[in-house]
Amino acid sequence: MSSHSIYKEKSLAHSIEHDLQVSVAKCYQCGKCSAGCPVNSEMDYPPSVVIRMLQTEDPILEEKLLRSYSIWMCVTCEMCYGRCPMEIDIPKVMDHLRELSLQEKKVNPKAKHIVQFHKAFLDSVKYTGRLSELGLIADYKMRTFALTQDVALAPKMIARGKLHFIPERIKNKLSMKNIFKKTINKKEKPE
Amino acid sequence: MKIGLYPGCSLNGGSREYKESVNAVAKAFDIELTDIPDWNCCGATAAHNLNHDLSLSLPIRILAIAEQNGLHEIVVPCAACYSRLTISQHEVNGDEELKNRIAGIVGLPYTGNVKILNVIQFIQDHILDKLSEKIKTPFAHKAACYYGCLLVRPHGILKFDRPEDPQTMDEVMKLIGADPIDWAFKTECCGAGMSVARTDVVGNLSGRIMEDAVDRGAEAIIVACPMCHSNLDMRRQDINKSLGKDIKTPVLYITQAIGLAVGISPKELGLQRHFVPVIFPVENVQNTIKVN
Ligand code: SF4
Ligand code: SF4
Repeated sequence: MSSHSIYKEKSLAHSIEHDLQVSVAKCYQCGKCSAGCPVNSEMDYPPSVVIRMLQTEDPILEEKLLRSYSIWMCVTCEMCYGRCPMEIDIPKVMDHLRELSLQEKKVNPKAKHIVQFHKAFLDSVKYTGRLSELGLIADYKMRTFALTQDVALAPKMIARGKLHFIPERIKNKLSMKNIFKKTINKKEKPE
Repeated sequence: MKIGLYPGCSLNGGSREYKESVNAVAKAFDIELTDIPDWNCCGATAAHNLNHDLSLSLPIRILAIAEQNGLHEIVVPCAACYSRLTISQHEVNGDEELKNRIAGIVGLPYTGNVKILNVIQFIQDHILDKLSEKIKTPFAHKAACYYGCLLVRPHGILKFDRPEDPQTMDEVMKLIGADPIDWAFKTECCGAGMSVARTDVVGNLSGRIMEDAVDRGAEAIIVACPMCHSNLDMRRQDINKSLGKDIKTPVLYITQAIGLAVGISPKELGLQRHFVPVIFPVENVQNTIKVN
């Protein structure tokens, strides 16, 4: 595909076409994606603008995207993709931009706590194979020092049998360790 | 036939009443559900937000273990897990090279032939035929069926119901005696995984959903997703604060509503675990709490 791509060799639009088989050039800016996006008012660039910025293949705008808050506010609700007349898989593009933003250490300062939440979540999965809700909240709150109303929820959750104190663990913990080692922790040295 | 059950972390923890009600209903219809042995977390939002290969490997391990154990069909009641499993299976099965690479990461053989059912498909395939004859106490309430995002989108991959104004849950609810209402927020987003990191956003989005359902006369919201449930039920205080109202309309999993209709006790269905009590008739209070 790359040999006769309509995109510049090094642009994000090119890697999105090559890696995700999604062509941003198909977008004709109808705006349906942005109109239906539930978090559009929270975003610095709504989804149609994200796609437009990618179309320009301008490195300055690409840089702005990787540093944007939008990519982290997107909740992958799939509304934009569902309504796009050109069937452009925007949530997949968002995933790609998030992964690059993280790799290149360009995460928007306002989004750092969202990334911390995802990391705390994955830590639980890495060590136990499952999510420990109590552990997640504690870990996340420790990382962000954001002690809010969730602390007030905890006793009510306990009263309803909704919080486990002893995290569940899968038996084959080594398999989890290996999956993480071969994917997200690739660059870390093996123990 | 044995059907596999992938509970996922929510159904094993904060949303245990969903699993309790799925199991109780299955039992009432003589269906044998077996937990997939040594299942792991599907990776949820966190994995696909941070690393693509990880987001595929976690679900593929689950499917590979199901295969290993001769489970040809699995039910995934959590809509978010259902979405992750189905999307991963679709992506990996469509690309031989990727399939081999992910199977290598997971370290298990994987052929990709497990049939994945969401909770409505499970009800349609295994319960619907016998449902009418088992009804003891019809669920005679106006119900807003709330599908959320991940049961119906993306349609190209899930191929379930229709992405705008879906009907499958409504049809099931009619069969148990409910009056499903027409409303505008059936497939709008509740705020999903932003529950902890941006509770304010969840309060807003879930508030709009609750408000429309209640304005149109719903006496119960019916859901099929633990994230939707916890955002509409556990976060009700935030919702009421953002609306300046005191909405007491309960939120039930579809399996809880079916369970009540076929005579399973509220306790077995885990109704006591809800934050908003399941009491009829519902008495909502408009414009009580004024915030901002
Ligand atoms: S809905 Fe599709 S075509 Fe329309 S603006 Fe969005 S991405 Fe472009
Ligand atoms: S998937 Fe993301 S960008 Fe698309 S509508 Fe949902 S929140 Fe907005």
